[in-house]
Amino acid sequence: MDLGNEVQKILSWTSVCGNLALHLIWLIVHLIINVWYSALGIAHVVENTLISSGLLKSYNAINISKVRYLAVVIDSEEARQTSKVLELLRWLASIGVLKKSQTAIIEGLNKSQKATASKIKSQEAIVEGSNHGTLVEHVDLEFVSFADSKPAVAKAANLLFAKHYASTILEKPNFTESDISEALQAVGYGGPEPDLLLVYGPVRCHLGFPAWRIRYTEIVHMGPLKSMKFGSLIKAIHKFTKVHQNYG
Amino acid sequence: MEGVNGKRVGHLFENISSFVRQCIFSILNVGPVPSHIAFIMDGNRRYSKKQNLLDGDRHRAGFSALINMLKYCYELGVKYITVYAFSIDNFKRRPEEVASLMTLMQEKIDELTKEESIINRLGIRIYFQGNLKLLSDRVKSAAEKAMVKTSGNSRAVLSICVAYTSTDEIAHAVQESCEEMWDDIRKREANNAEGNFIGLEENGKDENEYRIGVTDVDRHMYMSVCPDPDIIIRTSGATRLSNFLLWQSAHCLLYSPTALWPEIGLRHLIWVILDFQRNYLYLKEKKKQS
Repeated sequence: MDLGNEVQKILSWTSVCGNLALHLIWLIVHLIINVWYSALGIAHVVENTLISSGLLKSYNAINISKVRYLAVVIDSEEARQTSKVLELLRWLASIGVLKKSQTAIIEGLNKSQKATASKIKSQEAIVEGSNHGTLVEHVDLEFVSFADSKPAVAKAANLLFAKHYASTILEKPNFTESDISEALQAVGYGGPEPDLLLVYGPVRCHLGFPAWRIRYTEIVHMGPLKSMKFGSLIKAIHKFTKVHQNYG
Repeated sequence: MEGVNGKRVGHLFENISSFVRQCIFSILNVGPVPSHIAFIMDGNRRYSKKQNLLDGDRHRAGFSALINMLKYCYELGVKYITVYAFSIDNFKRRPEEVASLMTLMQEKIDELTKEESIINRLGIRIYFQGNLKLLSDRVKSAAEKAMVKTSGNSRAVLSICVAYTSTDEIAHAVQESCEEMWDDIRKREANNAEGNFIGLEENGKDENEYRIGVTDVDRHMYMSVCPDPDIIIRTSGATRLSNFLLWQSAHCLLYSPTALWPEIGLRHLIWVILDFQRNYLYLKEKKKQS
């Protein structure tokens, strides 16, 4: 009996020690990873400085015309930094992404930020590098939110139901992807598919950007908005211009 | 004699690897582990060119990588695994390549569902998700047989997306939602016509419920048998989702290692799990807010 209790005590003690050891190793592993990411962060700062200063010549000439539609997703907490958001838009305009024929689709802003950002549309966009020198161009900004994603598809479904099922149906309809696209357009949630989607937040995750519009979109994680760098933006766009898609 | 010794060494090596893996997974299990991981198996053709492989060997390498990932996820405690095996867009490839892929798919499905296969040993249930009507009769029949054969398995779920795209899945879900709504309304009208007038409250539905909502569309998705993925891994470094799980991936960690699919290994899985654990609280918060 005593031996049995002793063995039980030893086993229990071993189990507790084992669990503690596992927890400790887990914490150490995560500490090492955090150190690694910090080191990587420093390397990125150096690289971004070199890109911004023009010392890395490969980034000096970018074929911007390849980016017809650019999307930016900003985490809702990070989007409270209005000055950072506007700075980002100015950077995009200065690179030449926000031209007349191109559209920027932005997710994550609140009402007052959208209003402020819209002012860039008419006043502050300066496009450099155009053949005509420095011009003030109109930029097309589209603001989307989570309501443009799943709820939009539900609205499109109701429209299709009203159109095809409202009266006595003779033949069962067979909805195609074109039907859904048209219905989304009709309920006000159509729009272009971005070529490139930049995610500003702690994690690479598209945060519910309208699903119908990101079939073949390159999704690039830019890191937190508060530590955004101009060089990172240039690098992301440059990398995109080198991508080749098979579409199947 | 050499063959027997070789086998013994092979078994010993496998046992040691398994033990080391168990130790690593014990450490990883201290933190949160994803319940659903999805894979886009990109890079088979590039791997084939790189290694100068014949078609058969290329797909064998890819299949072997899939079995390894399945084994690792299962050992780690990941209950749902989804793989993007064949997109509707892939039908645009040369007819000979498509035919060869269909034949390979049928062979592999038959292999997967043998009694002694890893699927049955580990108790994994298989689902084939997608527009199966687009597949050849033989592949469709093999897929349906596999789903029936493994329906009694419950330890984990493997969803194989074939003839699948997210936009097709959404269109199908919208269609099904409309059909269900239409059936509901007809039942109500039939009841009223028979004089069994059921007031709106008694029926348990009010006017607003005769509208298709997000949950209705959600319910009719092919992938409604699984929770939303926690991680999507796309090999070969590509950063797009290529029309895969777009509806389900709003708060999902996206990971794009540069390794080609046959080159994916345990180290990639460990790395993404650690990244998931680092960002778990953020992702959980975002899911709650939506």
